[in-house]
Amino acid sequence: MVPVLSDLQKGERVKMADKLKLAIARGATCSGCDVEIVDINEKILDVIKIADIVYAAVIMDTKLKEVEKWDDGYIDITFHHGAIRDSENEHIAKLFRKKSKILISFGSCSCYGGIPGLANVTNKDEIFKESYMDTPSTVNPDFVVPLPEWKDETGHKLTLPRFYDEVFSLDDIVTVDYYLPGCPPLVTQINQALDAIISGKLPPKGSVLASEKALCDECPREKPKKINIERIYRPHEIELNPDKCLLEQGIICLGPATRAGCDAKCIRANMPCRGCLGATAAAIDQGGSILSAITSILAISDKETQLSEEDIEKLVGQIKDPLGTFYRFSMPKSLLRKVEKEKK
Amino acid sequence: MNKDFKPKILVFCCNWCSYAGADLAGVSRLQIKPYFRVIRAMCSARVDPEFILEAIKKGADGILVAACHPGDCHYIGGNYRTRRRMALLRIMLQQFGLDRKRLRLEWISAGEGGRFQEVVNNFIDEITELGPSPFGPTKRGKGKNG
Repeated sequence: MVPVLSDLQKGERVKMADKLKLAIARGATCSGCDVEIVDINEKILDVIKIADIVYAAVIMDTKLKEVEKWDDGYIDITFHHGAIRDSENEHIAKLFRKKSKILISFGSCSCYGGIPGLANVTNKDEIFKESYMDTPSTVNPDFVVPLPEWKDETGHKLTLPRFYDEVFSLDDIVTVDYYLPGCPPLVTQINQALDAIISGKLPPKGSVLASEKALCDECPREKPKKINIERIYRPHEIELNPDKCLLEQGIICLGPATRAGCDAKCIRANMPCRGCLGATAAAIDQGGSILSAITSILAISDKETQLSEEDIEKLVGQIKDPLGTFYRFSMPKSLLRKVEKEKK
Repeated sequence: MNKDFKPKILVFCCNWCSYAGADLAGVSRLQIKPYFRVIRAMCSARVDPEFILEAIKKGADGILVAACHPGDCHYIGGNYRTRRRMALLRIMLQQFGLDRKRLRLEWISAGEGGRFQEVVNNFIDEITELGPSPFGPTKRGKGKNG
């Protein structure tokens, strides 16, 4: 049972003498994490009973300049969501690391690079070319792109954050105390984390505040003894049986290689797992782990000896974009991190 | 092509066929270029894609997985599993920017010492031709060069 904050108020478990100081910092993010924090609904009242929110760009007007003036360790807990992909993101990450006692990597982008992390299949130049040149609605014959610094005729200087060639997760840049993955993390996960902090029963630093096991462990579907599929379907191509294992029905579900802790929300909605909670505790690389699992069950039974190399290519070629599918949320945390081109 | 380039080749051999084949190549004193290292696994299907990704990350220029011939697997179907796994991994490595030739799967039986020599020499030549892996040591420590 997930403890709720209102229960905690009754006990004497709140050890911190003063009110806690909370901050919500952000990097390269879609702000879905902000929405999920707001989704704790009336519990936010319990939170503000025990804590002051000192910085949260989405709900209040504290400026970064003010944060810079605070003493180091002024903030008790910072939730950082979003990946690191430009100099401003990096500055915010380092600033809040210095000013906070506990820094929590919040959401998949912060933990693993998330969806922005998929930019690691390309690089800054290609992204700029696509965005400011090649998109059909863009007319930019001189290829004018944003510059980190620009001076007008009167000498007035304008600056923009510098865009990096690569996307980083938060712990690539600073030390992170706890990880709370999910896209976005569920309210139950957030509450569990808050409870742990308030009660002082913190797990060892560096822990992931989710299950150690794979999602299949908490999947409500019937677990088949043996799976063998010959064809891969995309969810819109067939009618899905809500009680049968999705892999058994030929759908690529990242459950076997993904950390549990989300209560199988997508699967309960009859959609396959896309892997937002990242690799399980035992795996090093989420993509390698699911690749291994999928190819174990994707087989033409009894005919293997007769199959040629081309047949096998065709069989596994049904998975159109293995990199994008298997590393959808974890590209910057994968072993290879980034696409590198062969030198010709 | 760089003449001084000495490729780093990793060879995964299954215990029952290919490792014995490599052993035979050794005791028969067959000459193989000294750019490869052999790792023995109980079965080629034990070679997790993660191992290969890790090897590439650490700077391997080419990876050869050697398994029993089709139908000969000590564990009945391990080599078929490897075949599917390597086929998909090759597609994924191509997406990562690597040449598909850098990952090769070969069938080598316990009696094929000569074949082991031939395959490994041929693979080393092919990788030397390709040059260093784009994930090689020069790439390590590359920072935010935006």
